[in-house]
Amino acid sequence: MNTTHTAPAVRQTGGDVRLSGISKTYGSFTAVHPLDLTVPRGSFFALLGASGCGKTTTLRMIAGLEEPTTGTVSLGDQDVTRLPPYKRPVNTVFQSYALFPHLDIFENVAFGLRRRGIKGVKKQVEEMLDLVQLGEQARKKPHQLSGGQQQRVAVARALINHPRVLLLDEPLGALDLKLRRQMQLELKRIQTEVGITFVHVTHDQEEAMTMADTVAVMNGGRVEQLGAPADLYENPRTTFVANFLGTSNFIEAEVGSHRGDDLLLDACGDRLVLPRARCGAPAAVGTKVLAGVRPEKISLAHADDAGAVPGDRNRLTGTIAEASFTGVATQYVLDSPACPRFSVYVQNVDRDTRLVPGAEVVAHWSPAHTFGLDAAQDAGAGAEETA
Amino acid sequence: MTTTLTEAPPPLSPTAPERTPPRRRGRLTPYWLLLPGILWLVLFFLLPMVYQASTSVQTGSLEQGYEVTWHFATYWDALSAYAPQFLRSVVYAAAATVLCLLLGYPLAYLIAFRAGRWRNLIMVLVIAPFFTSFLIRTLAWKTILADGGPLVGALNTLHVLDVTGWLGWTAGDRVLATPLAVVCGLTYNFLPFMVLPLYTSLERIDPRLHEASGDLYARPSTTFRKVTFPLSMPGVVSGTLLTFIPATGDYVNADLLGSTDTRMVGNVIQTQFLRVLDYPTAAALSFILMAAILLMVTVYIRRSGTEDLV
Repeated sequence: MNTTHTAPAVRQTGGDVRLSGISKTYGSFTAVHPLDLTVPRGSFFALLGASGCGKTTTLRMIAGLEEPTTGTVSLGDQDVTRLPPYKRPVNTVFQSYALFPHLDIFENVAFGLRRRGIKGVKKQVEEMLDLVQLGEQARKKPHQLSGGQQQRVAVARALINHPRVLLLDEPLGALDLKLRRQMQLELKRIQTEVGITFVHVTHDQEEAMTMADTVAVMNGGRVEQLGAPADLYENPRTTFVANFLGTSNFIEAEVGSHRGDDLLLDACGDRLVLPRARCGAPAAVGTKVLAGVRPEKISLAHADDAGAVPGDRNRLTGTIAEASFTGVATQYVLDSPACPRFSVYVQNVDRDTRLVPGAEVVAHWSPAHTFGLDAAQDAGAGAEETA
Repeated sequence: MTTTLTEAPPPLSPTAPERTPPRRRGRLTPYWLLLPGILWLVLFFLLPMVYQASTSVQTGSLEQGYEVTWHFATYWDALSAYAPQFLRSVVYAAAATVLCLLLGYPLAYLIAFRAGRWRNLIMVLVIAPFFTSFLIRTLAWKTILADGGPLVGALNTLHVLDVTGWLGWTAGDRVLATPLAVVCGLTYNFLPFMVLPLYTSLERIDPRLHEASGDLYARPSTTFRKVTFPLSMPGVVSGTLLTFIPATGDYVNADLLGSTDTRMVGNVIQTQFLRVLDYPTAAALSFILMAAILLMVTVYIRRSGTEDLV
């Protein structure tokens, strides 16, 4: 069974990287299930997932470093499935950079040009080193550079060949947090400047959302969902996506009745409104659904002020079990009959001093921020991986 | 569990005793630890060297005894008398080293990158010859290369011996007692000393460098020339040194597999010491050999530029 995913075209029409029914098995283990994927030319595409989800294998099949068990890889109109890596117009930035330790920075960057027999590489290499701000380091050896500089050499070494597609395999994994944030912006800038298609593999959901135009969330060798970062975040179609990208609360509920375009849900005595369009599960009266809501969409009111909460909001009563102050916000965990561990993030604008552990509260949010998922799935899927 | 708190070390108080300056004995400890090694070197390396050096400048005879007369002419005499043997030693050792490299590199490459679960087995097979004596192994080659044996017969039928005979490596229809036999023996005996360092340096190469090279448009042969081989240079250098140096001074192979026409400098030294009993000439030959090897090795290391490698 193939699942088809096509990202919205970003700049130009006509997919540049096209995977058709591609799969990879090692013995009895299936790393990648048959997959169809189109990455539009010029887009910044992220394959996001926990380790072992098949994202790196997919990337390596595009690079030619891994031969697909079934299916084909095309770049534009050219089928490259059978081409060895050195004949593919594709370059890779490896996880640990894989810079040649016996060559200096200049020769590392010039490597691809020299192999293609291009003469007079000096000007090109110098321009590329300037682009990644390493012009001064040209005659140093890789081990003399810092991690961030090595990372930029790896990008320059790949980009100088003007590949049709640049593949990045967890390129920022070895850097510390601060440098990683800086390099994310740097890579994004370079991508915008050169306009080459980037396919980026990462397990860091924030990195994927910051950099990519389109994110494909992978789980167990399959693409769970594909779309623009904001779309994935706001409209997750599976609990895995909802938990892997950020945090979600799930309330087990039953469809009570329909009212216009809304579903009215019963959740242990609380009544919730869910727009029908945001319910990704069968919505017949009596079916069980998981009603999801992001912790930052929720407001808290002390039980004494419950009357002041507007009537059109979804509400859930409970007691505060934990409260942790994080500076910008306070994270509460509520104990509610409908959802035993219900997270709420409240911005520290005006802090209500009555909101301490043990306090009776009403959590309320706009029905438009509720999403409905099939109750047959594990509500905790994907939550551990990001923890 | 509550006891863990009380077991914590007491906090440093400002009244804690001031650090005493390190005692004299503490400072000498490294030197005391070096002593056994230094003693060993003095006893078994330096003293024999000094003894041999003094022997090499002695004159006299076995009956009347030798005494130091600073007779440096022995060096010149020894060198001019045995120049062909010196040259032969270097040529044979160089040929054996090149053969070892040609045979050992593919083997080491196979073990490092292709052997998979057979890696350990092949490693044991490489080292296995060491379980038997050097002498026995060399004698076995006498059987392998024996006149009229299957190997020599086959080489003869294939007219290989015509070619090697024309090159002066073999004589007539025999291989034994020819330069080729000596070089074969040297190659066989020193091959593990080439394979092991080569394997070590190949095994250290990150396989992702091969992938990166392929990704950057290098076909496999180019990857080998531009990435694998340069990165294995430390192994090539140490392997060739470990092969060339002992092979130059070797005399067993020339003795067992060669003839009087294939005598190497090691054979001359052995004869001078044990048969002719001309100790000064033997000692002088040893020093000349040592100096020549040192010189060649220095030039070689400078030229190969391995100090620049990671």
